[in-house]
Amino acid sequence: MSNVVLRLSSISKRFGSTTVLSDVSLDLHRHEVVCLIGASGSGKSTLLRCANLLETIDGGDITLFGQSLRDPRVDPDLVRRHIGMVFQSFNLFPHLSVLDNIVLGPVHALGRKRAEVVDEAMALLERIGLSDRADDFPDRLSGGQQQRVAIVRSLAMQPALLLLDEVTSALDPTLVGEVLDLLRDLAAGGTTMLIATHEMAFAKDVAHQVVFLNQGVIVEQGTPEQIFSHATHEATRTFLERA
Amino acid sequence: MAVEAGAATPEAPTLFGPRRRLLFAGRRAVVASTLSSVVLLGALVAVFYLAPGGAAVRYFFFNPHQMWVSFRGDPSKGLSSIGSGILTNVWMFCVCEVLVLIIGLIIAWVRMTQSAVLFPFRFLATLYTDIFRGIPILLVIFIVGFGLPALQLGSLSTQSPAVYGCMSLTITYSAYVAEVYRAGINSVPNGQLLAARSLGLSSGTTMRRVILPQAVRTVIPPLLNDFISMQKDTALVSTLGAIEATRAAQIYASTEFNFSGYVVASLLFLALTIPLTRFTDHLIAKDRTKRLAAQ
Repeated sequence: MSNVVLRLSSISKRFGSTTVLSDVSLDLHRHEVVCLIGASGSGKSTLLRCANLLETIDGGDITLFGQSLRDPRVDPDLVRRHIGMVFQSFNLFPHLSVLDNIVLGPVHALGRKRAEVVDEAMALLERIGLSDRADDFPDRLSGGQQQRVAIVRSLAMQPALLLLDEVTSALDPTLVGEVLDLLRDLAAGGTTMLIATHEMAFAKDVAHQVVFLNQGVIVEQGTPEQIFSHATHEATRTFLERA
Repeated sequence: MAVEAGAATPEAPTLFGPRRRLLFAGRRAVVASTLSSVVLLGALVAVFYLAPGGAAVRYFFFNPHQMWVSFRGDPSKGLSSIGSGILTNVWMFCVCEVLVLIIGLIIAWVRMTQSAVLFPFRFLATLYTDIFRGIPILLVIFIVGFGLPALQLGSLSTQSPAVYGCMSLTITYSAYVAEVYRAGINSVPNGQLLAARSLGLSSGTTMRRVILPQAVRTVIPPLLNDFISMQKDTALVSTLGAIEATRAAQIYASTEFNFSGYVVASLLFLALTIPLTRFTDHLIAKDRTKRLAAQ
């Protein structure tokens, strides 16, 4: 199928003698939202980092728009321009204003004109209701606001897909909602996303596909209905009961 | 058996201890601190005046007339002016500071590269910092100051002592400052690197736009500390015969048999370093308040 954006073909990843991912295969289609669930240490973050070439895989293959990322001619910097990534700890640049955080990538990675990018950045900030905070520094913002800016920062690169690594896990419970609302909004607008999350209700609600990872292996994957209501594996059921 | 919190507490525990707080608060605190300062200062002055050799020290070290003459210099007696000597120290450390900032950064950058091709440079940079942090600066000054002229390598061997002094200071302090930079770069959280690279920024752009601006901020106070000690170490260049403040004071002492010139030179060095020291402390305090406020 031509609308597969990202394909992981039986990838494996080891850190020393520990196997973190083993034989993981996954397709992410255009406009699709896939949620990765699983306990901490099950390999969700590593999987996302491998997809973004922040980690190199030890086996298998990753393709982006049908092109193998293991090809030595592939420039990781070019790959990452098409893949947005949002982290658990926001990682906004503290020495730059909110606006400059958003503008940095398009200007210095894509070489676009600042004036033109600023307009787009302001439109993005408008969308998350923070256009009046454009000149503030990140430490003046709440965690929820910072994470929304981080999401918008990766959107400013106009990526083909977004990787989100437990983006609500570092937030106060009261601030989780505003971030999840933004993600729902993006999903409704057709943004392709691969989301590692502990928010089961959210995954049930938004995902087209749910993937359950356990100790670096995909135990089960399917529609939210299949996973949350008719899980066939014992491990999946045990995890969902505890979550 | 588990002990429950509160189980052993008497009804009204004694909270009075032997020490009393708030003894000196408000105006009483001001009076108390003034009084203790006066007493301490008075004691020091008394020791200075009452010591058996007090009068001699005052004559040989703190003689106002000798201090003035040594400050101005006297060409007719072959006495160099300490006042103009200190200007040599000033230009030496001004030049050295700029060079050290640039060379230190380059060395730190080279040491932190990861490319396999750059391995020999990385190795040399590591060797460099190891060697020049380990050799006393006085020896570096001797080796450069007497070694380079002996090489008879054209203009490299015919420079003035002050220039060789600057070379030595730059060589040594670049090694220190490279390590300060490196510590600063390492103090930037890894998430910053990940976020920047995820945006597709190259490693060079990431360093320049994301890592260094944050590293430099944390590094400014320790950097200024190194500069303060470099300002003082310009005095060591006197061993090569450069007529700077210390050398002028030495000449005065050996000609006039009076050490007041040393006190003059010390006061001049203080006039240079104290503003920088105060400024550094101010920056550290400001940074601390900012970090406390962020929590």
